[in-house]
Amino acid sequence: MNTVFFLVFGLIVVVCAINVVVQRHPISSAISLIGVMGSLAIIYLQLGAEFMAAAQIIVYTGAVMVLFIFVIMLLNAGSEEGGKGPLTVRLLGVPLLLVFLGLLSYLIQRLFSDTGPVRFGDFKGGSPADVGRALFSTYLLPFEITSVLILIAILGAIVLARKELD
Amino acid sequence: MPAAVPLSWYLVLSAVLFSLGVAGFFFRRNIITMFMSIELMLNAVNLSFVAFSFQLKQVSGNIFAFFVMVVAAAEAAVGLAIILTVFKNRATLNVDRIDSMKY
Repeated sequence: MNTVFFLVFGLIVVVCAINVVVQRHPISSAISLIGVMGSLAIIYLQLGAEFMAAAQIIVYTGAVMVLFIFVIMLLNAGSEEGGKGPLTVRLLGVPLLLVFLGLLSYLIQRLFSDTGPVRFGDFKGGSPADVGRALFSTYLLPFEITSVLILIAILGAIVLARKELD
Repeated sequence: MPAAVPLSWYLVLSAVLFSLGVAGFFFRRNIITMFMSIELMLNAVNLSFVAFSFQLKQVSGNIFAFFVMVVAAAEAAVGLAIILTVFKNRATLNVDRIDSMKY
């Protein structure tokens, strides 16, 4: 059951992520990215991170991707022009990336070969109550600093995107 | 088929997602698609954090992933505002045409 769950949603994540990279129109990439983030939320749920799953849906698929699609529609962005990158990137890019991925997977298998199986329900510390307790006790200062960061980001976005008054 | 998969499969899935994000960042020329590739990489890292949080039975990984998510949202807001300004000034989204700092 756990295996089927992981394989189904892992496959959806990978297929949607490939689609993000290969689609030429930004709106297709954005829709595929929503698929990636939604399926990742379900994988988080399997890993016991209930609050993270909810936040992933609300923040990423709900807010960030809507912002992306707003901007794509506002700029009326069409398909990408057929400009090809430099020759070295075209020739060496994909092989080097596969080498990087292979090396990374090999290291992961070597370092974490003795980890136990992931069963749903083994870890219950990711509920909103536990996350909230940690957030407002141990991690209070980082939490408050992040709120200031968001305020700065809001002001920055407004200043950057406003119409110039002559 | 085994009843449950080991943790390393989740980490490999995260590595695959990260590599796809890197590929999108290097191969695409549309600034919005490159930005979405960055979001893909951040999501891959978040998956690693949550997987380790599960393995170590600690909530800290979830908290850290939460902070990454918050910073990613702030970054998306500012980045998209910058994209809007660039488009207003140059009327293009192709990164090869936005090269006035290159020469």
